[in-house]
Amino acid sequence: MIKYILKRVGYLILTLFLVASITFFLMKLLPGTPFNNPKLPPDQIEALKAQYGLDKPVWQQYLSYMLGLLHGDMGMSFQFSGQSVSYLIMSRIGPSLQLGLQAMILGTLLGILLGAVAAIRKNTWVDSVATIFAILGRSIPNFVFAALLQFFLAYKLRLFPIALWDGFSSSILPTIALAMAPLANTARFMRTEMVDVLNSDYIELARSKGETRWQTVANHALRNSMIPIVTIIGPMAVDLMVGSLVVENVFAIPGIGEQFVKSITTNDYPVIMGLTIMYSFMLTVVILIVDILYGVIDPRIRLNEEAN
Amino acid sequence: MADAKLSPDLFKRVTVDSTEKEKITTPALTFTQDAMRRLRQNKVAIVSLWVIIIIAIVSVMTIFISPANPNKGSLAYTNLPPKIANWNIPGFNGYQDGVDKYAGLGKNVWFALGTDYLGRDLLSRIFVGTRVSLIIALVATLFDLTIGVTYGIISGWLGGRIDTVMQRVIEIVSSVPNLVVAILMLLVFKPGMTSIILAIGLTGWITMARLIRAQTLQLRDQEFILAAKTVGESGGKIALKHLVPNLSSIIIIQTMFTIPMAIFFEAFLSYIGIGLPAPTASLGTLLSDGQKALQTQPYQLIYPAIVIVVLMLAFNLLADGLRDAFDPKSQR
Repeated sequence: MIKYILKRVGYLILTLFLVASITFFLMKLLPGTPFNNPKLPPDQIEALKAQYGLDKPVWQQYLSYMLGLLHGDMGMSFQFSGQSVSYLIMSRIGPSLQLGLQAMILGTLLGILLGAVAAIRKNTWVDSVATIFAILGRSIPNFVFAALLQFFLAYKLRLFPIALWDGFSSSILPTIALAMAPLANTARFMRTEMVDVLNSDYIELARSKGETRWQTVANHALRNSMIPIVTIIGPMAVDLMVGSLVVENVFAIPGIGEQFVKSITTNDYPVIMGLTIMYSFMLTVVILIVDILYGVIDPRIRLNEEAN
Repeated sequence: MADAKLSPDLFKRVTVDSTEKEKITTPALTFTQDAMRRLRQNKVAIVSLWVIIIIAIVSVMTIFISPANPNKGSLAYTNLPPKIANWNIPGFNGYQDGVDKYAGLGKNVWFALGTDYLGRDLLSRIFVGTRVSLIIALVATLFDLTIGVTYGIISGWLGGRIDTVMQRVIEIVSSVPNLVVAILMLLVFKPGMTSIILAIGLTGWITMARLIRAQTLQLRDQEFILAAKTVGESGGKIALKHLVPNLSSIIIIQTMFTIPMAIFFEAFLSYIGIGLPAPTASLGTLLSDGQKALQTQPYQLIYPAIVIVVLMLAFNLLADGLRDAFDPKSQR
């Protein structure tokens, strides 16, 4: 097990190294510098370039960027002078993490509920309603959903704050908007698993021992169908990260998603690079944790890993 | 009891022709025919298919007949609410917050879905936008299909060291959220339709490649492949003649799931401002423009939103139906 984890951590570091290198050279491919403002005299442009280290040859820039990354230094932002990228990310990651976690919890719980009910009442109207919910969740683009929530619930009915980040109440609408994708995915997955489990022999055995239908669900079916849900946490994290870009933008939340979009429009390359690496880092760590967790929860998987 | 006399001539001997016994009364169905039969029984999928066909036809036909020029507006007609002729349908009568916005514009001026902030006819823009979004989605999907299938077959077929390396590459590529990759690519390329298609195609092939590889690994050791090898067919020919047909159901199902993803990607990229440059309309740019005017002119967001939701819903439902039809064992 430890050998397996070490191997995976090794791959994680390699992956992040490659991502950082590719992002770095992609950014170097971009035409021009952020400072080619015709109003600036040449000597000032030179001074600005020197300040950001852009006057050195590319390989030196690459080396110093990579060395900087090792201790969390991602360079300075072009847009906010004097602010380091790491500081910018750290000061903005709080709201994003909070929203992501809230959305994940809300989406997974509701999704499990919806999927389980659909499976238990398979081929009835309950199942159809749950399926429609799940498919709608996949079909409405999250930014449209966010904008509509904002318009109807916050602007028209004034039930929630329209935007900005001010206490828990302002996190409710963005959480709902973000939770839609995980909810749809979990519900769909849960239904499939639960239908399988409910058809299995041990459920039949439990029923024949005299348990009621709901007892078997509570004692056996629910737990066993929830194991594979762990595998979709990875894709779910992707959904949440991507969703955060637009949802934070719609609700003007000072998170990293909103910063990412802002940096794209202002060509703030160091921040774009830093955030790309940050997103990859979070995603790879989530996937690693999920893989390890899965082995712990379901020992059969671990045995297979070792057999290979 | 009846004592009617039964004479032997009342009975007739029935001979069973042994050749008739084995006769197949219904024509044998190929795999595709069987799948199509199952698909036709799925009403939801068929309705979705028709919805897609109708939307596609309308979006193509409006190249020739469009209510107005989608890219040219008149500043006299900015932000007009929907109005259809002089019929008084609530929501389509040109009134907004109790004010007739069409007052003083002449009797024959009306826009079925209103106009945007530059006075362009929203309906015409939705037609163009749907067409552009569909084209982007289809081409990107084809692109991503080609890469995914080729990659998956090569990786699964060759196996060994090459497979390991190719799987590592997939692992690395998939550890960056693919929209972030798409964003980076769009920053490097010049914004436009081609670069969006490239960005979507180059980031979306991973799922396809994984599925194809897994299936190829299973098929690789089966007898019919062995037979093809024994008669001396080349690897490329085996791949095309024997593997691809057996992979077709996975390819079809996955393609159908990729199309709505691509529609979403395009909308997403345009929404965050790195999609199609103005004045080209796509569902994404329309939604992006609409969201800016949401509080004052909600119809500018709602109508494009309806189109994209219906389109994605139809594709998702059709994809579900196709999966059930081609893969009846997976009971969802």
